[in-house]
Amino acid sequence: MIVPLEHVIILSIIIFSIGIMGVVFRKNVIIIFMSIELMLNAVNLSLVGFSRYYNSVDGQVFVFLVMTLAAAEVAVGLAIIVSLFRNKQTINIDEINILRG
Amino acid sequence: MTAALFYFIACLTIISALFVVLNRNPVYSAVMLVFCFFSLAALYVLLEAYFVAVLEIIVYAGAIMVLFLFVIMLINVGKEIAATSIIVKAKVLPFVLVVLFSLNIILLILWRNEGLHQSNTISSVGSITAIGQALFTKYLLPFEIASLLLLVALIGTVYLAKKRVS
Repeated sequence: MIVPLEHVIILSIIIFSIGIMGVVFRKNVIIIFMSIELMLNAVNLSLVGFSRYYNSVDGQVFVFLVMTLAAAEVAVGLAIIVSLFRNKQTINIDEINILRG
Repeated sequence: MTAALFYFIACLTIISALFVVLNRNPVYSAVMLVFCFFSLAALYVLLEAYFVAVLEIIVYAGAIMVLFLFVIMLINVGKEIAATSIIVKAKVLPFVLVVLFSLNIILLILWRNEGLHQSNTISSVGSITAIGQALFTKYLLPFEIASLLLLVALIGTVYLAKKRVS
């Protein structure tokens, strides 16, 4: 590896934390979705780092599966957002409270 | 030299990720997210995971971001921009918790007693052949389940997004 494994993991943690911040602090549903994508990518980065470190292909197979999951999740989530916007005319999560969450 | 390149691209990734979260306009956020995906793909190339890098650009920067931009254009975000503010009041606790969480893991990694020994064996881990062989022998069942998951997501999306005819 060109850099120590620790640095890859630290970069992954930083990106993951930025994603958590986006989910916690933003009110726009689309930006929350983008932050979830960011978190998934941080996990992918650490998986690739471990895969390089142990010289094993398993981590990269897991990245493949995580990408499949992300594609499915985004498709369903964005469909939910579109149908939600059609019904309530807003994408601000403060106004979407029909479940009293 | 390549290590310096890695750190440079890592900084670019972090900055673009910050812009994704901090931007007021969702369209700019999407553009910065595309930039973030491209720099992550560059990091994968530097880590010699070529297949994952190509997949990152095709799946994320290609498919998922086009989907995001479509939805942003479908939904009229013009009035949302003015309504949402970046600075949120009274959310100190989650901020502190997230910072403590990440600092905790970083310090745990940096202050371990035994060092991680570097493995120097050259292998063809990043090659498409190796990944394909693992995917179709050892991980055949997860692969098939992933295809089933995509089918279910397809059906669910069509059902959710169609207009209700009453």
